[in-house]
Amino acid sequence: MTRDAIKEIVIEIIKDIDEEANTAALAADRPLRDQLDLDSMDFLDIVMELRKRYKLQIPEEDYPQLNTLESCVNYLEPKLRHL
Amino acid sequence: MEKLPAHQRVVITGIGLAAPNADNLADFRAKVLAGRSEIREIELRYMGRVPAGVCVFPETKHRKKKDNKRGTRAGCLGVYAAHEALLDAGLTLAEGAGYRPDRTGVYIGLTEHGTVETENEVYNISQYGYNVDYWTHHHNPRTVLNNPAGEITMSLGITGPHYSVGAACAAGNAALIQGVQMLRLGDVDLALCGGVSESVGSFGIFASFKAQGALASHPDPTQASRPFDLDRDGIVISEGACLYCLETLERARQRGAKIYGEIVGYAMNSDALDFVLPHGPRQAECVRLALSRAGLRPADIDIVNTHATGTRQGDIEECRGLVEIFADCPHTYFNNTKSIIGHAMGAAGVLELAANLPAFDDHLVHPTINVERLDPECALPNLVVNQARRVERVDVILNNSFGMLGINSVIIVKKI
Repeated sequence: MTRDAIKEIVIEIIKDIDEEANTAALAADRPLRDQLDLDSMDFLDIVMELRKRYKLQIPEEDYPQLNTLESCVNYLEPKLRHL
Repeated sequence: MEKLPAHQRVVITGIGLAAPNADNLADFRAKVLAGRSEIREIELRYMGRVPAGVCVFPETKHRKKKDNKRGTRAGCLGVYAAHEALLDAGLTLAEGAGYRPDRTGVYIGLTEHGTVETENEVYNISQYGYNVDYWTHHHNPRTVLNNPAGEITMSLGITGPHYSVGAACAAGNAALIQGVQMLRLGDVDLALCGGVSESVGSFGIFASFKAQGALASHPDPTQASRPFDLDRDGIVISEGACLYCLETLERARQRGAKIYGEIVGYAMNSDALDFVLPHGPRQAECVRLALSRAGLRPADIDIVNTHATGTRQGDIEECRGLVEIFADCPHTYFNNTKSIIGHAMGAAGVLELAANLPAFDDHLVHPTINVERLDPECALPNLVVNQARRVERVDVILNNSFGMLGINSVIIVKKI
């Protein structure tokens, strides 16, 4: 899976949580929670959806790596490369 | 209760509702007067097709879709009804608007809560080999018993008390009573109270009634709910919400509020007998206690809205007591709202009261529909059957609402 495809998937999951989220204007290097109406429970929704879709078990200590769109892609790329 | 001072008398000044045939009181009244049922068949996991009352209302009018997804169906219904009740009462909780958010209480009657969410999650993990890693983190906030009431406070910024009143199918009335009591105690200045039900989302509730032989069935779903009819075969389960704004007569008059009526009497008691079977004599005691507290005679009651759910024994038990109490009351009329909207569980009592309150103005008694062959054991005097009836006066309405484990409630509302 390419970096662009991973980015699209994260955005798709966010849109699924909040279809009113303005993802078009997302700055890739800024924290998602500063730019969107997302709280800790929404963040866990993202983790759960990745688990459901790709059987990814993301340990709690890795949650900070999902802070920005860019860091999400960096973190997920090696895990989803084979797909 | 008219002898009470005005700051102890409690009146209804706003009603917000979602019923299986309407999303506001005016439409609801028009539909019940016309005897128009919108009960339909739904497809339910494991159950197949069953008749049910489903609410269609503007779900995102007062809350974002995101919050509706995160919360529960009960929360969604409750939030809608709460906002509508405040609008109807002409109230906002904004600073300086009259009522304070910290002096407002939210009391929500629930028959049950958490069943829908739990069933959905068990089904969800069944898709992942029952691995609990896939169990949602939303489960606990969705299933705590204060969930619908709490969702309402978050949506409206209410910082006073909120909690649920669990009272089986008497819960709506029980929550209204709670509101009255908290106002009289001076605990709050404004009570948002009533009942909510999301029961149509639970196959287990349908399956349990079916196992008891108490789930209604009919080729035409609008005819499945038929209290008092010889061919009745059980309950039609519905969802719904109905919330009332209660305030003291004193404050309501001060602000020139529209007043639907005064809650002049109420009572609750327990059968202390059986898990599911109702007990007419205790229900009758409850009615008499409410009358006595209101300082009213049976003949003072103009409309009795019955609880009857369409079960063989339940309808008979209730009617026996009512026939005895209202034996010499030629101006007391009886009806049943469940015949039109099904049994909205925690919302039942309060929706049924709301269906009747406009009678204070239009002097019409809405009908009990689907009575083709009246059961002689349910032949209440002045039972209004199949067509609305215009009557001379409607000054007092008595609302029965009973539930499992033998819980009985009666509320009496008087025109002001």
